[in-house]
Amino acid sequence: MTALVHTEDLTRRFGDTVALDGVTLDIHAGECVGLLGPNGAGKTTLLSLIEGLRLPTSGVVRLFDGDPRTPASRSRLGSTPQATALPEALKVREVLRFVASHYPSPGPVDRVIAEFDLEPLLAKQCGALSGGQQRRVAVALAFVGDPRLVLLDEPTTGLDVDARRSLWDAVRTRHREGTAIVVTSHHLEEIEQLAERVVVIDHGVVQADDTLAAVVAGVSRRRVTLRGVSAEGVLALDPDATVTTDPDDGVVTAVVSDSDALIRALVASGAPFTDLTVRGASLEEAFLTITKGAMV
Amino acid sequence: MSTLTLAAVHTKYNLLETMRVPIAVIGSLVFPTLAFCLFVLPQRMVVDEPDFATAAIASMVVFAFMSASLFSIGLDMAEQRSKPWWPYLRTLPGSPAARLIGLMSATLIISILAMIPLLIVGGIFTSAAVQPGELFAAIGLAILTAVPSALLGTIIGTTAGPKAAIAITQVAMFLLAFGGGLFLPPILFPEWLDLASKFLWVREAREIVIAAALGQSAPLWAVVGILAWTLVLGALAVWLYRRDEGRRYR
Repeated sequence: MTALVHTEDLTRRFGDTVALDGVTLDIHAGECVGLLGPNGAGKTTLLSLIEGLRLPTSGVVRLFDGDPRTPASRSRLGSTPQATALPEALKVREVLRFVASHYPSPGPVDRVIAEFDLEPLLAKQCGALSGGQQRRVAVALAFVGDPRLVLLDEPTTGLDVDARRSLWDAVRTRHREGTAIVVTSHHLEEIEQLAERVVVIDHGVVQADDTLAAVVAGVSRRRVTLRGVSAEGVLALDPDATVTTDPDDGVVTAVVSDSDALIRALVASGAPFTDLTVRGASLEEAFLTITKGAMV
Repeated sequence: MSTLTLAAVHTKYNLLETMRVPIAVIGSLVFPTLAFCLFVLPQRMVVDEPDFATAAIASMVVFAFMSASLFSIGLDMAEQRSKPWWPYLRTLPGSPAARLIGLMSATLIISILAMIPLLIVGGIFTSAAVQPGELFAAIGLAILTAVPSALLGTIIGTTAGPKAAIAITQVAMFLLAFGGGLFLPPILFPEWLDLASKFLWVREAREIVIAAALGQSAPLWAVVGILAWTLVLGALAVWLYRRDEGRRYR
């Protein structure tokens, strides 16, 4: 069976900047793929090439075995606008109908309204919606055309916990019914909730492409802060650590894969450390460590 | 869904969005009539002579279509393109032509409505006398000959950011209106300007619409010229639209 999305050595440059550098990737029917990477890693560029918004500098991108620039190739593709982008003067009902009229066989609009709980918003102009409501409408739009593949770029940015969960529930329901989902995010939690397969992108290169469990284990890092030991001292104990020193208060921060080992080594070395704290590193911090070269 | 059906959908929603800002609609509707009352009606010599009056009304109609095409389409597109809704629309299936045609027809519909009060004022307060058949021919031709200006609007809209688009559009409109003989009748032009003006589609549109209103046949150079412009500007607009990847910053 052919892949829904197929890219081969896909490269896109903006002037001197290489946004994507030889990405080869297949996305198959029914998959749920998390696209992880720090800001500027190339996630959005990759999506825009799949959506036909941009042309590759070199390499191949195919969507439903066609050219993404051809409208017909996009007839089973759903994507989201940025939340702030909805036409302010139009009502939510009108926007749903307007988007649906682009698709050759859109699903019933009522289904999307129920799934994303849009009933109370239908008669409001988009400009009157709160940020969270706009986000909900924006994500719902991706499902209006009864797509086989949906691309969600940072779908729940700026939402509170409840709103985020109910949105994930709606997306998961569609996924169970066979829609393939590609979701980009900074939030590890979001990826954990939705994805089965995770692709890590940084500097325009695929750094990892594996099951969720394998990638999460690979990127999980601990953040250790302490005083009284120099950055060099910490590096001597754990050469793979990413170490920074705050010039104001002299606090040394180390992002490491095995904090227990580092602390055992610190104690054994008799270093005069104080104010020790250990916590899970954020995804952002974990990425910085990975991209330093110590890849999964 | 065929491109034309989709274009009709785009037209509908474009109009719907415009209607939600009533003052914008009223402004577009009143502007040509107001300009006519201020600039043409006070000139007794024009108003009292049937052919001059007809030509003046026809010129104003051409001017109204041209300025609406340039302003509404160019500025709207530049504005929309700078917002993320525009790239989102491009990810939907459906021909890009539908979007362009939708925007152009919504603008033309407003312009047609704006023409009605102008024709009524012209009919009542000037000595212009036009046969019904000729009137409809002139209206139809005024719509058709607005297409090159609408295409220029889309070209400005796809190449300029919102602020730049305002400046470019104002300069373009002034030059085209003057060069096209809409401010001063070409009879008053020096010979070289008259010749140069004949190469502008706005002048060609003016000659075609006036000839139709007066029941004469349009000069061949005007018809050939405006067809050539339509093809060239149309090809350029489609090409620019296809290679457009959204607003770019440096």
